[in-house]
Amino acid sequence: MSTKGFIHSFESFALVDGPGVRYCVFLQGCKMRCKYCHNPETWACDCGEEWTAEDLFKKVFRYKNYWGKDGGITVSGGEALLQLDFVTEFFRLAKAKGVHTTLDTSANPFSMDPEYLARFDQLMEVTDLFMLDIKEMDDEKHKALTGHSNANILAMAQYLSDHGKEMWIRHVLVPDLTDDEKGLQDLAAFVRSLKTVSRVEILPYHTLGLFKWENLGIDYPLKDARVPTEDEVKRAEAILGIEKGETVQTADCDSDALKGC
Amino acid sequence: MVNFEQWDGFEGRLWKEEINVRDFIQNNYTPYDGDEKFLAPATEATDKLWGALQKLQKEERAKGGVLDMDTDIVASLTSHGPGYIDESLKDLEKVVGLQTDKPLKRAFMPYGGIQMAEKSLTEYGYTPNPELHKIFTVYHKTHNQAVFDAYTPEMRAARKNKIITGLPDTYGRGRIVGDYRRVALYGIDHLIECKEADKAVCGSGSMKGEVIRLREELQEQINALKGMKEMAALYGFDISKPATNAREAVQWTYFGYLAAIKTQNGAAMSIGRVCTFLDIYIERDMAKGILSETEAQELIDHMVLKFRMVKFARCESYNQLFSGDPVWATIDLAGIGVDGRSMVTKTDYRVLHTLENMGPSPEPNITVLYSSALPEAFKKYAAYISITTSSIQYENDDVMKPIWGDDYAICCCVSATQTGKEMQFFGARANLAKCLLYAINGGVDEKNKVQVGPKYQPITSEYLDYDEVMDKYDAMLDWLADIYVNTLNLIQYMHDKYYYEAAQMALIDTDVRRTFATGIAGFSHVIDSLSAIKYAKVQVIRDENGLAVDYKIDGDFPRYGNDDDRADEIGVWLLRTFLAKIKKHHTYRRSEPTTSILTITSNVVYGKATGAMPDGRPAGAPLSPGANPAYGAETNGLLASLNSVAKIPYEWALDGISNTQTINPDALGHDVEEQKKNLVQAMDGYFNQGAHHLNVNVFGIDKLKDAMEHPEKEEYANFTIRVSGYAVKFIDLTREQQLDVISRTCHASL
Repeated sequence: MSTKGFIHSFESFALVDGPGVRYCVFLQGCKMRCKYCHNPETWACDCGEEWTAEDLFKKVFRYKNYWGKDGGITVSGGEALLQLDFVTEFFRLAKAKGVHTTLDTSANPFSMDPEYLARFDQLMEVTDLFMLDIKEMDDEKHKALTGHSNANILAMAQYLSDHGKEMWIRHVLVPDLTDDEKGLQDLAAFVRSLKTVSRVEILPYHTLGLFKWENLGIDYPLKDARVPTEDEVKRAEAILGIEKGETVQTADCDSDALKGC
Repeated sequence: MVNFEQWDGFEGRLWKEEINVRDFIQNNYTPYDGDEKFLAPATEATDKLWGALQKLQKEERAKGGVLDMDTDIVASLTSHGPGYIDESLKDLEKVVGLQTDKPLKRAFMPYGGIQMAEKSLTEYGYTPNPELHKIFTVYHKTHNQAVFDAYTPEMRAARKNKIITGLPDTYGRGRIVGDYRRVALYGIDHLIECKEADKAVCGSGSMKGEVIRLREELQEQINALKGMKEMAALYGFDISKPATNAREAVQWTYFGYLAAIKTQNGAAMSIGRVCTFLDIYIERDMAKGILSETEAQELIDHMVLKFRMVKFARCESYNQLFSGDPVWATIDLAGIGVDGRSMVTKTDYRVLHTLENMGPSPEPNITVLYSSALPEAFKKYAAYISITTSSIQYENDDVMKPIWGDDYAICCCVSATQTGKEMQFFGARANLAKCLLYAINGGVDEKNKVQVGPKYQPITSEYLDYDEVMDKYDAMLDWLADIYVNTLNLIQYMHDKYYYEAAQMALIDTDVRRTFATGIAGFSHVIDSLSAIKYAKVQVIRDENGLAVDYKIDGDFPRYGNDDDRADEIGVWLLRTFLAKIKKHHTYRRSEPTTSILTITSNVVYGKATGAMPDGRPAGAPLSPGANPAYGAETNGLLASLNSVAKIPYEWALDGISNTQTINPDALGHDVEEQKKNLVQAMDGYFNQGAHHLNVNVFGIDKLKDAMEHPEKEEYANFTIRVSGYAVKFIDLTREQQLDVISRTCHASL
């Protein structure tokens, strides 16, 4: 039991990455190359801070006072499933202390290979909630956007549903790219076909991660993309049948809701 | 035992045997654990009065921050006839009384220092009265003159070079909270009788210096009580007997406070813990059927309206120190009684509700005495008010109650005192960051390049050695604690002598407990600097005279604000060490020494006077405020930062540990219900670890930037933000301070 995890960063006060107040661990490494990724610095797989699951849990468990009944820990990325065994080990420690666990994933590494599934089942056992990003329903469009097929992503959603695992589905909304009527309708239909989805969220595209592309010297492929208007978000939410609670007028600022995308 | 017919329906005995408002409260209050649905909206009268006041506030801003000033009258309890918000609306005012005869007109208060009082006038284009100038320079000494008469050259140098700074030697020390409730509960005549009785037994036997002074002070107090009666009579009220109903209770209590702000221009003029007390009168009237919820809310709205109007004449240099025209009219809500009952009443809700009825406001400085054991509904309502107005702060009742009991009040931004039993000698701050630079440079000031501290051997090596630095820092801290405490002793002595707070002390027990409040500035920078020296390599850059003026850091080091014990324990060590050094010294009037980590907005001015630090902070950059980690030091998010601050033991900094945080609303949750729940959850977690204080701001950086560029927009007229220990209107800050606030915002990283 000494799998090492490679960690990109920590957020001790994550409030939109699962229910309640959460400690969020961002793992290093992702194979997807989403055009709108706002954390391209987490792509590389050969770096990050090395942690054992025990040390990590010790660090994180100091925050238990803040979690109350709903909160807990979230592992995000990068792509957390690339370090599946490490996450399993970490979540196992959490579950032993009764801590709520959430995995934020793109599902890209998921596979129906029996050997993989055996390992995945162990993870599923100690994961209370999956937050799954579905970027496009149309496979061609998905490939164009991320460089990868969505077949195994949809398969994972189905697998979670079949095994009674609670999940949240999230979709990043980019005007004129991921907001077409048919795509959203298909997504709505797919979500309806799943039995265990407790929440669907629209994540409005934002440009706050742009400077990171510049820092890394990578050409940003969505130079002309813009942030959706409030009405565009509402329209997408309506298609997906999302009902939102009341919000109050405070102020505007960058949201970190997209952090783990 | 005395008895008054005004007390019909009230329970308990002890409070009738002696002056004891706490006992009265505990015997008579009704805890409320329901939600906010009972609250009533503003009445038409409230809307009109608040509208009139907002118009005046606008004029005040347009005139450069001051609407009107007295030049010819020295303020006293009875120096001015009655004043109203608006003559034509005066019948609408349920609570009356202004500091002068006109709204927002600033009184002339020369006793703290005639120079400062006159400077405040000339800076705003008013001409000081030559007759008064003569009186206060030729015939009557002021506090400021007396202090400077007695200062030693070493004290002057330490002050001038700002290693001790913000000292109350040119202005009133403030921070004394009279038990203003006594006026309502007992009436002035009974309070005079009790003080007369105290005086009668004071000093029978030996007339020593202490006794002589106390006898003189008691007479001053009695005179002040008589003055309060006359002051109230000018408004048509006879306050010689106890209040008979809720309206009188609010009015009498306010008169007690008005007496304080008419006579003292203190740095902080707090109101105290009045809600639970007033609620008893409101409940009694409601039970009798003579007061409705709408009328009760109106009373509280109008009282708060008055607290929004407190003004003092202050000069430019003062405003730089305490930006945004604050008076720290701190009013305390909630808390848990010693017997375990929640002290939340409907009136605690009503006071929070003023921020909805009349919009956000920096004053009064509404402070929730927080415990995770408070009723959930109240915690959520307070969180909601935080999210929508950013106008309130939280202090941990669970850590304060064991020390101060369940009737303490906050006497400034975050410092607790027992109401009516205690007073505080406010002592500003020692700059511990600068002290570290003195240790490195052998007592030579890094900015002014003069010898200020003792001429110890400076450090001459190219790279700083941790043990050597610690040795020298320890010796320099010894010197600093010594000169700091002695300077304060001198200041407090003169303040008692020349600017005694008779009106406030008249409403405090004669046998008063005194605390001696020192303070620390530059806390986080000392921690990070020592950590850098210990865990990384710090190279010294010296000028042509060999004076260390900058530092180059090679390598990583743990920083305070990330829940990393390696750094945080340096902070705990620093506090313990400094307090121990303070405690070695004699403190004036046998007061109990305490310390604080709360620099308010003065962090900007203090930073200007402080050279580059070994943690990488450049020369002149603002120090981080209070106990906040340094800007940019936190890389693990808000709770990691809170955990670091929570490690600082409150028991060693009884004057308070302030922490200001800004949270992005979008990052706080998906909708209001979630946001309220999450904020409560975060505060429960933080305070359950024994942390002391939290200022909560909920807004985004874009709003701050827009408000800075477009202060004229209507929506920003009352845009209130919490800074260290108090609230200000953002547009009233200097641009420098606005930029400082923006650089510390938001706590929602990408």
